[in-house]
Amino acid sequence: MAGPGSSLRRSYLAIGAFAGAFLLVGVLVRNAYYQQIMTLVLLWATMGLSWNMLSGYSGLVSFGHAAFFGLGGYTTTIAFVKLGITPWLGIPLGMVVGVLAGIVIGITTFRLRGHYFALSILAYPLAMLFVFEWLGYQEVTLPMMREAPALYAQFSDQRIYTTLALALVVACMVVSLHVERSRFGMSLLAIKQNEPAAEAAGIDTLKWKMRAIMLSAAIAAAAGGLYAVVLLVVTPQAMFGVSTSAQALIVALFGGVGVYWGPVIGAAVLVPLAETLHAELGHIVPGIQGVVYGLAIIGIILLAPDGIYWRIHDRLGARGSQAPGGAPALSPATPVPAAAKAPPAATASRAVSGPALLKLDGVARAFGGLKAVDGVSLTVAEGAIHGIIGPNGAGKTTLFNVINGFLPPDAGSIRLAGAEISGLRPHGVCRRGIGRTFQVARAFPRMTVLENVVVGAYAGALTDAEAADRALAALARVGLQHDALSVADGLTNNQLRRMELARALAPNPRLLLLDETLAGLGHEELEGLLRIIRQVNADGVTVVIIEHTMHAMVKLADTFSVLDHGKLIAEGPPAEVVRDPAVIEAYLGKKWVAHAKHNAQHPVA
Amino acid sequence: MTEWQWFVIDVLQALAAGLLVGGTYGLMCVGLGIIFGVMRVVNFAQGDFMMLGMYVAYYLVTGFGVLAFLGPYAAPIVGAALAGPVVFVIGTLLHRTLIARVTGARVVSAEAEGHYAQIILTLGVALVLANGGLILFGSQPVSVQNPLSRESWEVGLVLFNQARTVSFAIAVACAVGLYLFLTWSNLGRALRAAADNPIAAAYVGVDVDRAHRLAFGLGVGITAVAGGLIASTQSFQPYIGFDFVITMYAGVVLGGMGSILGAFWGGLTIGVVQQMSTLVLPYQLQNTAIFVVFLLIVFFRPQGMFGRVWERT
Repeated sequence: MAGPGSSLRRSYLAIGAFAGAFLLVGVLVRNAYYQQIMTLVLLWATMGLSWNMLSGYSGLVSFGHAAFFGLGGYTTTIAFVKLGITPWLGIPLGMVVGVLAGIVIGITTFRLRGHYFALSILAYPLAMLFVFEWLGYQEVTLPMMREAPALYAQFSDQRIYTTLALALVVACMVVSLHVERSRFGMSLLAIKQNEPAAEAAGIDTLKWKMRAIMLSAAIAAAAGGLYAVVLLVVTPQAMFGVSTSAQALIVALFGGVGVYWGPVIGAAVLVPLAETLHAELGHIVPGIQGVVYGLAIIGIILLAPDGIYWRIHDRLGARGSQAPGGAPALSPATPVPAAAKAPPAATASRAVSGPALLKLDGVARAFGGLKAVDGVSLTVAEGAIHGIIGPNGAGKTTLFNVINGFLPPDAGSIRLAGAEISGLRPHGVCRRGIGRTFQVARAFPRMTVLENVVVGAYAGALTDAEAADRALAALARVGLQHDALSVADGLTNNQLRRMELARALAPNPRLLLLDETLAGLGHEELEGLLRIIRQVNADGVTVVIIEHTMHAMVKLADTFSVLDHGKLIAEGPPAEVVRDPAVIEAYLGKKWVAHAKHNAQHPVA
Repeated sequence: MTEWQWFVIDVLQALAAGLLVGGTYGLMCVGLGIIFGVMRVVNFAQGDFMMLGMYVAYYLVTGFGVLAFLGPYAAPIVGAALAGPVVFVIGTLLHRTLIARVTGARVVSAEAEGHYAQIILTLGVALVLANGGLILFGSQPVSVQNPLSRESWEVGLVLFNQARTVSFAIAVACAVGLYLFLTWSNLGRALRAAADNPIAAAYVGVDVDRAHRLAFGLGVGITAVAGGLIASTQSFQPYIGFDFVITMYAGVVLGGMGSILGAFWGGLTIGVVQQMSTLVLPYQLQNTAIFVVFLLIVFFRPQGMFGRVWERT
């Protein structure tokens, strides 16, 4: 079986073969016009790689990559024209400006999701377009330097530009390849597939998105700078216009999203097509290029929404090749460290009176006028299995969301082993040692089971290899080691629940928050999962569990806390709590209370 | 008069111009607001449908002069009004052939995935319309001839451009008419039901796909009327749609995504902001001012205006 090392080597060989072939054709083509098309193919491939770095991997669609392209191009040009700085320095300078813009845009815009992000990011290049027009940079040409052309990156032989652009593309492909194969790429992929789950699994989503936009901006700015050097003229429309942003997106989408070959394929097909049509028909039908790009994107979204690369890949995929866009290649045959011990006997109501691990004090959270969690104070003892019960809408899940940082509390304190954790973002809470699962299982649907758990393991692991080991150990704990390479999308509910549990366990948490993990399971499956939870608890993990299945809960939990309308109405050992009149009233209504009292006095053996 | 008095007059003049321009912006935003409100679709091509409306008015009034018999005063108004039904038909056809494939009740529940396809499909439509427009209409800027655009009414020392004032009145009338339609007609109720909860609406017998088609046609048609009105007060070319996309979204976001009446107020505010910005900023930066306002709204009120940050876990 191919290990990660040989797969990486294969990718390098493929990139090298591509570069060699392109260079060979580039050297042979003498016609200046075709040379320019070849250079443009490479520049747009670079722009596509830039777009892919942010949007392809993280799923945040950017309509604003022209901002970075334009800043790179204008910085290079203005540095040259006004200050006499050679583009050899001007392009890196442009990249710095681009990265700074990326930081500003990231900080302001990453709080938005979906189409709001896409629209907002479009506003930046358009605003810049008018600013540069107003500054009087309608059309800036780079002066010819006849004395020392090479010093100013001016070459009479077009083939040198093609070579430069090729070097840029290859560098970007290699960077993209390494991003894809590392926790960087996996984290972005997790964000793309389910951002809240990624946060809860300990991924600092903002950090990774910021890194992605900075890298993406640097690449786009380099492309913009080189574009200015090759074409010798910049205009606000060409640099900041909507078409520029759109073209970056289109070559990447057309060729293939989320894989470094995609933008290269897209540019290689679309750029020559559009340029040739423009040259042949441009004088009769002036907008033909834009029409081609528009139709390309309409066609691809309807026929192959992930792009040509994936279409081909899926066709060939039947032969069992490994996804180049995929994660660290891991074999499920790796020895499993954690030996499964025999689970302890199912003992109800063990007396657990360890020191307080989690302590909530007056925690409150309202949505408008609705007090979803209303002054809840409770203590979870170390080593306990603590059940939280209550009727629908009692605020149980909201309480979990407040504890794990999805929602900031309006008031109150949350302490884990004495340290305040309220106010931390979910990934921070996860790193302090609180794992959680969700009411509706939140998988990363297009990743394998193992990759899902690896993403969770990053939170506690220093190296990617360590994360993989921990993930395998966690899978063994929940009994999923044989399904490690199945894709999460096709799992049964039982498998999904176990996988989520493994993802939460992978960073070795001290406390697990399980939100209706037992929901919708058959009897056998339920017993199996109960055994796993008990075993995890016996291994030293404190468990807080929300559950409706009272029958299972009474057997599992040491302590019950009962919530109703956001308030804590009862607490204690399960056997006592279920007889509490306030609890019966909350669940069944007032008239049942008398009935229950009667039954308690005259038990029906 | 003192310098200070002149300044006050400048401010009043900019305010008047802003309100007049804002009326048509408001109508434009209402069109976009309907589409977003009912379909939850971000239509990137909305500006290009507005451009189509402008050219419909242009060819009817000035280009082919079909409406010349109405006289110079009525023709631009009728031209703008006719842009509505023409673009409505184009919109419903486009919805049937393309847009419906990535929208509808089936997609509404699939949060991110669906939106991704929609926004990219409509970007493709926008590119085809803008560049197709370049092929069909040429790149030369044109405008609808309207003798009123050179006349002004004087109220005190403040001037009200007659063409813009008439446009404003028509825009307000259209918006009110639409509001009444949505509130009181059965069709309007069905539209709002499909907007509130497409799945529940389908259960009670609302044909959601038909409602969406109607909403899309109506939305682009209304924006086209607004475009037809603007066409007689400024010159335009086929690429003008892109300039207005952010303007429209700024208005819709300001008014509250999904609120149709709010979209009108949002658009009106954007018009005022744009004109008032000329008091302190150079003329060329009008649009930059709008983009900055848009980003400020997004920055300071993201949750409030965009709904929840975290979906239900």
